Amino acid sequence: MSRDTENDAAFREKLIEEVLSAYPDKFAKRRRKHLAVSKAPAESADEPERVLSECDVKSNIKSIPGVMTIRGCAYAGSKGVVWGPVKDLLHISHGPVGCGHYSGSQRRNYYNGTTGVDAFVTLHVTSDFQERDIVFGGDKKLEKIVDELEVMFPLSKGITVQSECPVGLIGDDIEAVAKKKAKEINKTIIPVRCEGFRGVSQSLGHHIANDTIRDWVLDKKTVEFESTPYDVNIIGDYNIGGDAWASRRLLEEIGLRVIGMWSGDATLAEMERAPKAKLNLIHCYRSMNYICRHMEEKHGVHWLEYNFFGPSQIAASLRKIAKQFGPEIEANAEKVIAKYQPMVDAILAKYKPRLEGKSVMLYVGGLRPRHVVDAYTDLGMEIVGTGYEFAHNDDYQRTGHYVNAGTLIYDDVTGYELEKFVEKIRPDLVGSGIKEKYPVQKMGIPFRQMHSWDYSGPYHGYDGFAIFARDMDLAINNPVWGLFDPPWKKADQKFLEAAE
Amino acid sequence: MPQSAEKVLDHAKLFHEPEYQEMFARKREQFECPSSAEAVAAQTEYLKSWDYREKNLAREAVVINPAKACQPLGAVFAAAGFEGTLSVVHGSQGCVSYYRSHLSRHFKEPCSAVSTSMTEDAAVFGGLNNMIDGLANAYKLYQPKMLAVSTTCMAEVIGDDLHAFIETARQKGSVPEDFSVPFAHTPAFVGSHVDGYDVAIKGILEHFWKGKTRVANGKINIIPGFDGYCVGNNRELKRILDEMGVEYTLIQDASDQFDTPSDGEFRMYDGGTKLADVADALNAKATISLQHWCSRKTLDYVAEAGQETASFNYPLGVGATDDLLMKISELSGKAIPASITKERGRLVDAIADSQSYLHGKKYAIFGDPDFVYSMARFVMETGGEPTHCLATNGTTAWAEDMQKLLASSPFGKGCQVWAGKDLWHLRSILFTEPVDMLIGSSYGKFLQKDTGIPLVRLTFPIFDRHHHHRFPVIGYQGGLRVLTSILDKVFDKLDADASTPGKDVSFDLTR
Repeated sequence: MSRDTENDAAFREKLIEEVLSAYPDKFAKRRRKHLAVSKAPAESADEPERVLSECDVKSNIKSIPGVMTIRGCAYAGSKGVVWGPVKDLLHISHGPVGCGHYSGSQRRNYYNGTTGVDAFVTLHVTSDFQERDIVFGGDKKLEKIVDELEVMFPLSKGITVQSECPVGLIGDDIEAVAKKKAKEINKTIIPVRCEGFRGVSQSLGHHIANDTIRDWVLDKKTVEFESTPYDVNIIGDYNIGGDAWASRRLLEEIGLRVIGMWSGDATLAEMERAPKAKLNLIHCYRSMNYICRHMEEKHGVHWLEYNFFGPSQIAASLRKIAKQFGPEIEANAEKVIAKYQPMVDAILAKYKPRLEGKSVMLYVGGLRPRHVVDAYTDLGMEIVGTGYEFAHNDDYQRTGHYVNAGTLIYDDVTGYELEKFVEKIRPDLVGSGIKEKYPVQKMGIPFRQMHSWDYSGPYHGYDGFAIFARDMDLAINNPVWGLFDPPWKKADQKFLEAAE
Repeated sequence: MPQSAEKVLDHAKLFHEPEYQEMFARKREQFECPSSAEAVAAQTEYLKSWDYREKNLAREAVVINPAKACQPLGAVFAAAGFEGTLSVVHGSQGCVSYYRSHLSRHFKEPCSAVSTSMTEDAAVFGGLNNMIDGLANAYKLYQPKMLAVSTTCMAEVIGDDLHAFIETARQKGSVPEDFSVPFAHTPAFVGSHVDGYDVAIKGILEHFWKGKTRVANGKINIIPGFDGYCVGNNRELKRILDEMGVEYTLIQDASDQFDTPSDGEFRMYDGGTKLADVADALNAKATISLQHWCSRKTLDYVAEAGQETASFNYPLGVGATDDLLMKISELSGKAIPASITKERGRLVDAIADSQSYLHGKKYAIFGDPDFVYSMARFVMETGGEPTHCLATNGTTAWAEDMQKLLASSPFGKGCQVWAGKDLWHLRSILFTEPVDMLIGSSYGKFLQKDTGIPLVRLTFPIFDRHHHHRFPVIGYQGGLRVLTSILDKVFDKLDADASTPGKDVSFDLTR
């Protein structure tokens, strides 16, 4: 199909009208606010709050009932994203068995440690609510669970209680239990009210989890720690496939000291100590900006957003970070960028010719719908559509810095809309999640899971970019896409009849 | 620099490079405040002890790594087995994302289901409006032939009345008057996914059968039960029934829905039991269920409707298949053809060929109640000794059934049945009373890693291996596949044990 931008913009506007026509009127009106085609860039390219489109997309609003929203819930945001990767705590999925079962070990938050002894990320610990717990409440059971966990896992550093839907509905007082039992076992216990019905997506779960770090972890103990002027925290990197490690390496190489990782491969001690850092470096803004703002206000720790997807953003981010620490670190950053340049050049030489000009549609969660855009651009690829599951308005403002005019933008896109968009635009690649993977592939369009890196990774940092480039190549340039049409469909009628 | 364009290393290799290993050591030492290496080593050893096992088995409140999911998953799977049917799950929306992901991860296929997206306001005021809007949108957007409603725990805790809600939605025009919207209450705090399957099937049958008069015909209904291997199994079952010339209705056939072709088109609906056939199934002579623990309520209802009923425990292996075929033959009046008798002989032949590698092998088996039962039965047929049989969603009644089965063979002597226990229990059990082989789902890989006992993946879910579900494990043909899977593991282990250069006696070419 045509790659002419102006035509494409008009075509995409029409596409939006087309998908909306499938809804009952009331809901077409509601969905319209979430779909847009991005407008031409503003005159001044560095305008900080560049808007994305004429009407701007509405976001962080309740999904409409009866559609296939791809969103999760507050529990998914808290246990699945923020707390789950903290490795030396036990995370109780408090409520019925399902939530912990489905979320268990699926995000590949890598960690070092002995599972079941001093690390617990891949355990599914649940209070497995039964009918009697709904009727009589789960607080007594929770107390007993804490005692039993102490016997089973004495080396754990504490416990989080991740509430599932019924806990909030039946009025359990998990905060009281947490306080009482924390005193008894002399460990940190964090109650998290992340019931799935709260809010409109996993996003509220991030916020709630951040608030519990503020209320139950920070400033709760005297932290003995000798700080240096180069201390930073990595914030909002969940170490999927080892992402945070690939990032940590670069920060260490430019001479910084990473005193805490949040929350991939994190320990409780690293979180407690975080306010001692000079700077918080935040990757996933959506999931952890809340705690960064708190630390700024309360502890005077400034924060800085960075992006370690793709060499242009990595270099820009390293320079931006280094600038905060003076000429010596800046010089180091230049050295590190130069050191990796030959590897980047070799990767581009190998993969760019195979990927140049290919179009991509994205639909992911927190930061990736904008952050990975430049990694694709580095490979000569073009983003023709992007959107978020659970973004807020500030995310869309940030997206404006990354996308070209005419890009299709979709917020909380429904299964129906995404399928139609993909079918009509027919991009060369779609990047989204497991639920979207198979419908797209059946259409004959290459796909990569951009939540889990399709079980590959890391994608962050220079080491990650090499893997990212290889993966996009293997997705797009696999011979399977040429096998979809049987030869007899193209050839003569007699084969067709024979096949019937 | 470990990474290069010539050889791109991904996580499996990258983090073993010295740069990363040194970084990990530095992080641990300077920032993690870890427990001492001695304490970790001591605790690691202690976890293997009888003392720990006793404490572990004494747990009353906490559940760790349970091998079960919640009811609505079973209901969503059940709905996928009917023509043009879309699941509508009434409750908070995150749950539906989980069910869809879970099934997609196992089948490597799309899984369609919608939620009524209840949030705080619905928690206070009830979810009626969500149902009205949800049914309207699902009906208009996805053009289903049927909308099968189930619930999450949220809707159950606040006590939403599905029947009344659906009728109100119908009156408000969400769906046409005569459109099928069967429903089932599936709270996540009751039973497990196998029970969700049961009540969902019962709800669908009730929807089509209620108030109708039964005019008996000679057909047989078959309900396969919750089965992650439905793609291979249902097709194998249909082949056998066609071979026998039986007139049957397979109620809940998800084999095509979870196995659509790649040809440029995404089919949201494919295959499934025709709705007209579900309605007509009332008139059948009998209904049999392939999985007893997935169909207790359904079969009670079917019996009330006037049909004969029978249930099996997943017809895997020789005896279990024999029982099924004889029952079908008895009910249908159709003889078991020579071709199938020959197939049976081939499976027996295969067991005989390999018996020396299987005789006396000790097994731990975990999974859903029916699977564990049939697997134990087959293992005993090969001369193996089931040693630990565990079903987190197994009841005391199931445990009694298991004991009877085990008592029927000398190979079942001394086997322990663990109803309601989880995989962290099993870990202790395997350390203190080891076995040769573990049979279960992908979750068993953590047990394999910790205990060194090889895992044979033969049930749901299989996340970390591809395409297992495409091949049958039931019937005589399925038995061959199961047998081969076990034998491959035995031979791989023999080879691995004889693979150290200099100590590689027994590294044999022929076995």
